[in-house]
Amino acid sequence: MSATETTGNGGEVVLTKADFQSDQETRWCPGCGDYAILSAVQQFMPEIGIPPERIVFITGIGCAGRFAYYMDTYGMHSIHGRAPAIATGLATARDDLSIWVVTGDGDSLSIGGNHLIHALRRNIPVNILLFNNQIYGLTKGQASPTSEVGKITKSTPFGVADHPFNPLALAIGAEATFVARTLDRDRRHMTEVLRAAALHQGTSLVEIYQNCPVFNDGAFFGLTEKETKDAHQIRLVAGEPIRFGIDGARGVAMRSDGALEIVSVAERGEEALLVHDPTRNDPGLAFALAKLSSDPTGPTPIGVFRDVQRPVYGRTATTPDAASDHQLAALLHSSDTWTVGG
Amino acid sequence: MAKAVEEREQVIVRFAGDSGDGMQLVGSRFTDATAVIGNDLATMPNFPAEIRAPAGTLAGVSAFQIHFASRDILTPGDAPNVLVAMNPAALKANRDELPRGATIIVNEDAFSRRNLEKAGYTANPLEDGSLSEYRVHRIPMTTLTTRAVERIAEASTRDAGRAKNLFALGVLSWLYGRPVDVTRDWLQAKFGQRPAALAANLAAFNAGWAFGETTELLEVQYRVNPATDVPPGTYRNVNGTQSLAMGLIAASVKSGLPLVLASYPITPASEILHELSKHTALGISTVQAEDEIAAAGMALGAAFGGRLGVTATSGPGMDLKAETIGLAVMLELPMIIVDVQRAGPSTGMPTKTEQSDLLAALHGRHGESPLPVIAPGTPGGCFRAAFDAVSIAVRYRTPVILLSDGFLATSSEPWLIPDVASLPAIDPAFATDVDPEEPFLPYSRDAKLARPWAIPGTPGLAHRIGGIEKADGTGNISYDGHNHERMTELRAAKIAGIAHELPALAVDADPDATLLVIGWGSSEGAIRAGVRMARLDGLRVARAHLEHLNPWPSNLGDVLRSFDRVLVPEMNTGQLAQLLRARFLVDVESFTKVKGQPLFAAEIQQQIAERVGAAGTSSGALLAGVDLAGADR
Repeated sequence: MSATETTGNGGEVVLTKADFQSDQETRWCPGCGDYAILSAVQQFMPEIGIPPERIVFITGIGCAGRFAYYMDTYGMHSIHGRAPAIATGLATARDDLSIWVVTGDGDSLSIGGNHLIHALRRNIPVNILLFNNQIYGLTKGQASPTSEVGKITKSTPFGVADHPFNPLALAIGAEATFVARTLDRDRRHMTEVLRAAALHQGTSLVEIYQNCPVFNDGAFFGLTEKETKDAHQIRLVAGEPIRFGIDGARGVAMRSDGALEIVSVAERGEEALLVHDPTRNDPGLAFALAKLSSDPTGPTPIGVFRDVQRPVYGRTATTPDAASDHQLAALLHSSDTWTVGG
Repeated sequence: MAKAVEEREQVIVRFAGDSGDGMQLVGSRFTDATAVIGNDLATMPNFPAEIRAPAGTLAGVSAFQIHFASRDILTPGDAPNVLVAMNPAALKANRDELPRGATIIVNEDAFSRRNLEKAGYTANPLEDGSLSEYRVHRIPMTTLTTRAVERIAEASTRDAGRAKNLFALGVLSWLYGRPVDVTRDWLQAKFGQRPAALAANLAAFNAGWAFGETTELLEVQYRVNPATDVPPGTYRNVNGTQSLAMGLIAASVKSGLPLVLASYPITPASEILHELSKHTALGISTVQAEDEIAAAGMALGAAFGGRLGVTATSGPGMDLKAETIGLAVMLELPMIIVDVQRAGPSTGMPTKTEQSDLLAALHGRHGESPLPVIAPGTPGGCFRAAFDAVSIAVRYRTPVILLSDGFLATSSEPWLIPDVASLPAIDPAFATDVDPEEPFLPYSRDAKLARPWAIPGTPGLAHRIGGIEKADGTGNISYDGHNHERMTELRAAKIAGIAHELPALAVDADPDATLLVIGWGSSEGAIRAGVRMARLDGLRVARAHLEHLNPWPSNLGDVLRSFDRVLVPEMNTGQLAQLLRARFLVDVESFTKVKGQPLFAAEIQQQIAERVGAAGTSSGALLAGVDLAGADR
């Protein structure tokens, strides 16, 4: 499912953002990060060169689940956590579609955790956009599996006790073939990541840090706001040393014990920095990068962590048309038979 | 000297041994040879849930029963008149079911002190006179098999030890004149790549046959002639799993919808996954899902993509799939859910049969979520039931639950192979037309109240569906109470309307019958056989059988009300009875059984006799169990 495979409109009609906007009124809270993501996705979609009728958005339950209603493509707003399973069925049935799953942190990592990891291990040809706001929004503010320890929420008046999931580390642990992270407030970066995800063969998982202005406002401001973002965003660029901070003063290096650490470039020199290679087959470094930050309030990598090739689910087994009467008759007689005269 | 040959009209043989003794294999080989002769037959395996229960114990006994006859029969038989017991545990586990005068053939070598102890015998039943009511044939099968296999240079003692089941098959094949080439060809195909195992098994089988021919222990050979009172045509033997799978494939062919089966392994439904996964060349994709919920979701996802989406499971899986089935009701997409029922609740008895998911199939989802429920009556009937389930699902855009059970899935019988050309086409009637003046209405309805099925890839018809209540027509999100009530009614009316195309419930009634016996699903054979036996006793009775549990045939209420008494036999605690009482206010009487076994014909006969018999005399005679083995005569 990628732009390189497309034929679609044959260049006759140039699609625009408007071709992907449904007539439904968007009903997220004012200021919700979902608006920015929706707008960026609608803006990006014409680029993949696939006509809207061959694009399908499958969503689960939660604020992110409403996404399907707002895209003027085929869509299914399904069941809490089950979108990856439903998308797997659709991808098994049809290899001519571009299939996108939109999910949230509760939807994909709590109730639907099993489907997410199995979609990733199978490498189904589906793009998964995981809107992570570290809170349950639609149910009005309970802790999610990505909420930080100690967080006070409606369901945790004395603070969250459960250790949170790191979605990218989980995905890399499941040997996902494409893993990336981007930000709701950086359209340009998000578009670059979506482009790479769409080009990927197999499952792509894109975590999008998404602000919930009502129940978890500012959770990612350290990465998205003008005052702090230059100091905290670690932008991963394939083939480049991993360097960030004001004037690129800091970088990521590997310690002698194999762990990653943030270092001063002035002290260690640029040659000490790790050069980012998302195509490295061994997931160890990508995992270490995902674990570099446990909390988006400090220096945090964004971009494509991992982009490798592995056989795509369903692409090796053929799914031909339904069989013929002749084949059916042969099947029905494919055993010892006997005839009773009449 | 040629031995005397006696004719028998019908025989019930049960092969019983340790679960490692290969009894299921012997049973199925004997069945194939019997099918080729053209006897009518019905089979029923019975095995423990454990793959290898402790050897030699009662818990480890595995059995296979076959009923074969020179005329039409309806069930695998209540109790055997020939028991093959490969060890003391097999004898002990099955003895109580044997009628007086039955034949017992034992592997005498297995009756060691240690094996007797494991089976809980304090004395050897072959020696202590406790089997005096039976005709017992003691054959040293292990010794004779070893002797036969020893002559083969490459064969090991292990090969010899494993081949004694083929010796037993050889003896029984001789005793009932089964064709040997069917078994030999099968062995050739199975063990062709392993010459030593092939030679050992062939030697054991031949030795068994030769033993029968020469030994003075067995003085008579029996002949069961081909059944001639069955409809003409070409037959094969099928169990309910094979026939159900072929019915799904046939519906895929006749609808032009490639089949996608997603399943999670569960006894006794896994066989459907195994069966369908062989047929990728027929446009079938199978997915072994990560769990039951995912399996249902994948089937629904495939249906959204315009394929025939199917998921198969058993009771515990049904619980997990409920939410997805509810979504399919809301989305109004075709989908098939096969529930191979087993004894519950919870894990229950996974390898034992029951009909206890009827209420769950009808009502086991939150909200008002009606859907069609179809339950085949016989192993062969699973083909047509599966085909009809797909036809209804596709044309009415609805999930359909197909209720099989452990008995149907594993029981086999001859099946008249249908003419493929005679099967009706199923038109998926995908929506493709775009009206440039009007927006596409995904929840508009045709005369049957079915909505358009516009699949991804169709230009101009892109639309969104979901679990939130739909506005009538547009399918847009709606929280309007009036609209919700209307949509609830529309969904119910669509399913209820299927009754218009169902055949009227047929009643097989004697003149002046006052008692109606009505059942559903897999008990059809036992109920028919029980009614047949009651009629031979001179009793007048009527019989009907439900395959469609929702909606019901339109004349069901009239049928129930036209008899003084209605008897409802079921393998649960009275689920259909409860439904009939609630819906029709008819005071039906339940006869129920939840012993992990199918209903027996003699039980039905007795229930009928108690209600319409002459002052209980016939039931008294039946209770003595004199004619148990002659069940289904």
